[in-house]
Amino acid sequence: MAEIAIRDALRQALEEEMNRDETVFLMGEEVGEYNGAYKVSRGLLDTFGPKRVLDTPIAELGFTGLGVGAAIAGLRPVVEWMTFNFALLALDQVINNAAKMRHMSGGQLKCPIVFRGPNGPAEFLSSQHSQAFQSFLVHVPGLKVVAPATAYDAKGLLKSAIRDDNPVVMLESEMAYGWTGEVPDEEYLVPIGKADIKREGSDVTLIVHSKPLKMALEAADELAKQDIHAEVLDLRSLRPLDEEAIYESVRKTHRCVVIDESWPMASVGSHVAWLVSKNCFDELDAQVELVASEDVPMPYNHRLELAVQPSVEKIIKAVKTVLYIK
Amino acid sequence: MAKNQESSKKSESPQKYDKKFLTGLLVDMLNIRRFEEKAAQMYGLKKIGGFCHLYNGQEAVAVGSVAALDLKRDYILTSYRDHGHALAVGMSADSVMAELFGKITGCSRGKGGSMHMFDAERHMLGGNGIVGAQIPIATGVAFASKYKGTDGVTLCYFGDGAIHQGAFHESLNLAAVWKLPAIYIVENNNFGMGTAVRRVSSVDDFSVKAAGYDIPGKVVNGMDVLSLYEDLKEVIADARKNSRPWLLDVKTYRYKGHSMSDPAKYRTKEELEKYKEQDPILLLKARMLKDKQITEDEFKKLDDEAKKIAQASVDFAEKSEEPALETMYEDIYA
Ligand SMILES: Cc1ncc(C[n+]2csc(CCOP(=O)(O)OP(=O)(O)O)c2C)c(N)n1
Ligand SMILES: [Mg+2]
Repeated sequence: MAEIAIRDALRQALEEEMNRDETVFLMGEEVGEYNGAYKVSRGLLDTFGPKRVLDTPIAELGFTGLGVGAAIAGLRPVVEWMTFNFALLALDQVINNAAKMRHMSGGQLKCPIVFRGPNGPAEFLSSQHSQAFQSFLVHVPGLKVVAPATAYDAKGLLKSAIRDDNPVVMLESEMAYGWTGEVPDEEYLVPIGKADIKREGSDVTLIVHSKPLKMALEAADELAKQDIHAEVLDLRSLRPLDEEAIYESVRKTHRCVVIDESWPMASVGSHVAWLVSKNCFDELDAQVELVASEDVPMPYNHRLELAVQPSVEKIIKAVKTVLYIK
Repeated sequence: MAKNQESSKKSESPQKYDKKFLTGLLVDMLNIRRFEEKAAQMYGLKKIGGFCHLYNGQEAVAVGSVAALDLKRDYILTSYRDHGHALAVGMSADSVMAELFGKITGCSRGKGGSMHMFDAERHMLGGNGIVGAQIPIATGVAFASKYKGTDGVTLCYFGDGAIHQGAFHESLNLAAVWKLPAIYIVENNNFGMGTAVRRVSSVDDFSVKAAGYDIPGKVVNGMDVLSLYEDLKEVIADARKNSRPWLLDVKTYRYKGHSMSDPAKYRTKEELEKYKEQDPILLLKARMLKDKQITEDEFKKLDDEAKKIAQASVDFAEKSEEPALETMYEDIYA
């Protein structure tokens, strides 16, 4: 086992899959000569050359659509979006084309493509550059969506995503690229569609994905000091969603707090909270709580932007609410 | 078909202009330069965070073009590299620096930061963080001017990287077909982040792209504020009179990295030094010296004054209040 950063885990996944399969190639803004805006693709241009690591113009709609075309014609593109904020320009190709090619062609075509890059709030960037887009993407049948928050999951899920015959969107976090974690020396995959218990507990289930995982684990540490034992369930995949894992945990703890750094309306978090309320109705000892972003565009001012986002304190407060602790 | 023009003139002797006008251009450029240096310093001290894209080297573009405008009826829109444009339209250094500090006294109440300088009254409609997004928006502002019959023109600034966005091409076609008074200004500083123009563009001269929409295009020297001013005067007059769009490929250069976090390893020191020889401030100063419209002493005074304004803006930002937490719910709906 080696302790590596998430950005290096992602790079290893790319490197291994590009070695394994010649049809895999990487393209995006600054992925080649600049080694990636967040240095995920460091060294890949040197290793694989300009045929397989391509610097694109700033033309998200164009190169994303090109990727879709290459995918239905037999290649396995990995499209890096510098951030998901800029991917909004490409969403027509993702939602109207990648997600629907198989369906519209009556099952004739497959579209094995990965769209990936940093998603979610960063720091000091104001509202166009600090937003979480999972709700927009999980909404769409035909797409798979994964959102890892550890080096192990990032590597294993990216490898699975590249091998998957469907379009897979992978949500990374700019703030988490430097987080380190253990990754086995031997090859492994993390299956798409499987949640993971990151910490076991008996009193309340914290359901989380992406970088708020760290906050949930910290909150669980804090709560343990007060003899409250939280189970932390990391969804990892948002579509397909591992509903069984969710219900199993809630049936054990009887209480549930969902954490999602995107806006609360029609979000992954609100959807999961609804599923739990509906399917664990008889098992629940309290209402399901949702800790989400405030329902506002992200302000630039740092104090404000921190106040907008989920926090360890907000999670602890929600846990105490479902435990009826004042 | 509209024919492209090459910016032929070496700007004529500054003597044609009175000292006051030339000094105004010089002061505006100096104020921007010293402001940006101060901003870089404050970034180093972590008073400013996030992306901070500096304008050093490109001052002549905003200053020379805004000088040719009538901001009572004209508008400007630009990208995230917007501090220079904000100062050029007359926004105070205090309000821009306070915005960089995220303070409530900032022009956007601490909501926008470096990439989102706005001043509706001065017709500065932002500061946009999405590459190319301001191009269709500026086209719409020009549309509104024409609709209302104000004779206003809109200047839309963007980078050499932005020109490859579909939004650029869609906008030019719209502006051409609907004959809109929009002037599209490529601030061509050779690089989009770490990518040199020729690696992602099939042409070196962006003005040729005007031909595809049958509108006039022109290459403009972006280091010489006077020749740029003269070119823009003509172009603006034409756009105003004939209500039609223009595309200008303005050749300029940025001295700093793309943003504060970019070490700019993709270019050589020699290249940077070569461009600094035609520094817009030094060029204008040299001409004014030659024509005896300024002395070294006078120049130094102006420069000291610019440094003072920049320092004062930091003092102002420092002592301004943070926005109250409740303000996060404000400025969302009308
Ligand atoms: C749609 C979109 N894609 C990518 C980015 C990231 N990005 C910000 S600036 C930039 C380079 C733009 O270069 P250019 O247009 O030449 O402007 P300059 O920075 O040189 O002024 C990139 C890729 C973005 N902000 N928006
Ligand atoms: Mg540029």
